[in-house]
Amino acid sequence: MRFFNIIINKLLNVAQGLGEMLALLCETVYYFKEAPRNLNSIFRQMNLIGVGTLPIAMLVALFVGMVLSVQTGTELALYGTQEAIGAIVGVSMVKELGPVMTSLLVAGRIGSAMAAEVGAMEVYEEIDALKTLEISPVRYLAMPRLIACLFTVPALVAFSMVVGILGGGIVAEVNPMINVPFSVYYDNMIRALSYQEIFKGLLKAMVFGGIIAHVGCYVGFKTSGGARGIGESTTQSVVLSFLLIMVANYLLTRFMI
Amino acid sequence: MTSPDKNAKDGNFSSSLSPFGAFWTKLAHGFTPSIMDGENCQIGYEGSDGVSIHIENLNKSFGDHHVLKNINLAIEPGETFSIIGPSGTGKSLLLKHIVKLEQGDSGRILINGHDVNETEAINKNRSFRYSMVFQSSALFNSLTVGENIGLWLREKRICGETRIRRIIQEKLSLVGLAGKEELRTSELSGGMRKRVAIARSLAMNPDLILYDEPTAELDPVTSDELARVIMSLKEKVKLTTVIVSHDLNFALYLSDRVAMMHDGEVIAIGTPDEIKKSQNPIVRNFIYTTTKGIQGEGA
Repeated sequence: MRFFNIIINKLLNVAQGLGEMLALLCETVYYFKEAPRNLNSIFRQMNLIGVGTLPIAMLVALFVGMVLSVQTGTELALYGTQEAIGAIVGVSMVKELGPVMTSLLVAGRIGSAMAAEVGAMEVYEEIDALKTLEISPVRYLAMPRLIACLFTVPALVAFSMVVGILGGGIVAEVNPMINVPFSVYYDNMIRALSYQEIFKGLLKAMVFGGIIAHVGCYVGFKTSGGARGIGESTTQSVVLSFLLIMVANYLLTRFMI
Repeated sequence: MTSPDKNAKDGNFSSSLSPFGAFWTKLAHGFTPSIMDGENCQIGYEGSDGVSIHIENLNKSFGDHHVLKNINLAIEPGETFSIIGPSGTGKSLLLKHIVKLEQGDSGRILINGHDVNETEAINKNRSFRYSMVFQSSALFNSLTVGENIGLWLREKRICGETRIRRIIQEKLSLVGLAGKEELRTSELSGGMRKRVAIARSLAMNPDLILYDEPTAELDPVTSDELARVIMSLKEKVKLTTVIVSHDLNFALYLSDRVAMMHDGEVIAIGTPDEIKKSQNPIVRNFIYTTTKGIQGEGA
């Protein structure tokens, strides 16, 4: 009996958390109407998320493209079908690796920072101070972050796609085992990709961006218990956004096929 | 619009965005109405009037722990009222109920006769502003001193930018920190942080100001300075002040009336003299221990 009670309590907690997240999301979206006069903080967040993450995202994408090319290319070369490498790298980068890898990177780098920053503000009464100044913490903190992530993550992903495909192309050209000229690689890639697919990839990235910002702010607002609480929130935000990104990735892929 | 050079300093965050800061601020200001340029403030900002607070049968529990037990208090307009008592007796919690950060399980709090939790009534008859000075000061670390103080004015678009600058300077000199608006909050000492927090509260021209443990973590000299700041405010501005403190001397020195809380209940209310002369053993014990054996006058 006690066992069931524990399970039921856990389920209730999860349901409560989901409900709270949804409520926070609705409130944040409601405050989108205030976006024009908060452009300053939105641009500041975009700068942090986009410009700050760009170099590392490029680097990751470059190596992902390269390793994809070298792994698949050498395998294909055994059957003499290495020309297909352009299509394979292009499709994987645009459909899956670009959006997912970059979003995971942003979740680790930015989502955790958001949870820590908002969490510290909660712990050190700054959020309470905002409330007594009659400034909605959701409008002041969550809304700019969500909007910034919604637009910046797809932009980062677009860069990642290009750099990943380029990296794959370079490897295909210079690796003696694969030895596919860049022009062939490029033609193959162009033939395999459609604008619709690129758009779907960017749409995924937008959803993932929303998840990262929303989870970061939600976990931040729920922080309690001093420095230890802030640390826990940081971890929790990364775990939760990874999980939600993976689930959302499956669902989006399933319904966008 | 204002000149680009001025714009660079205008926004809350633009300084961290330079050299694009001026551009973004200009863009942002493009969306804001003309009040940003004016000298005049919104009607009702100037001047503050003390408000009355009536707390009736307020109860609050966390689980089995009954923290506030049937609190009844009446605070008069313009009064400086202190709530004293040992730590963990629910003093700060009571303060949080007044500023709506917590909601009681039963009972109600009336400010100028309106229940604070009835949002409709408050919004309709909104005629007072309140602000709170937190125990930890709760300054926004991402902003400078000046931006902290001007945050409410800017966010609520109460005044034009030139006027806001002037208000920030005025409030800073009121707490003895003139010319410090460009400092980062991390460069401030504990006493300075507290005074900036007070200046931030005063920037609202509040009718009611609440201090949560203003002297906690301060040395005696800084506490004394702080007491002088609060005293001089009392003379210059007509507002209702509520102080929660376990610093007995501080409270007795500043207050018109003092309430003592013990174990979630108000056990004594009176003028500082009455409290000093109180025969209640808990009050006597509190006075005796906090003054290290030096008992109050006439006790």
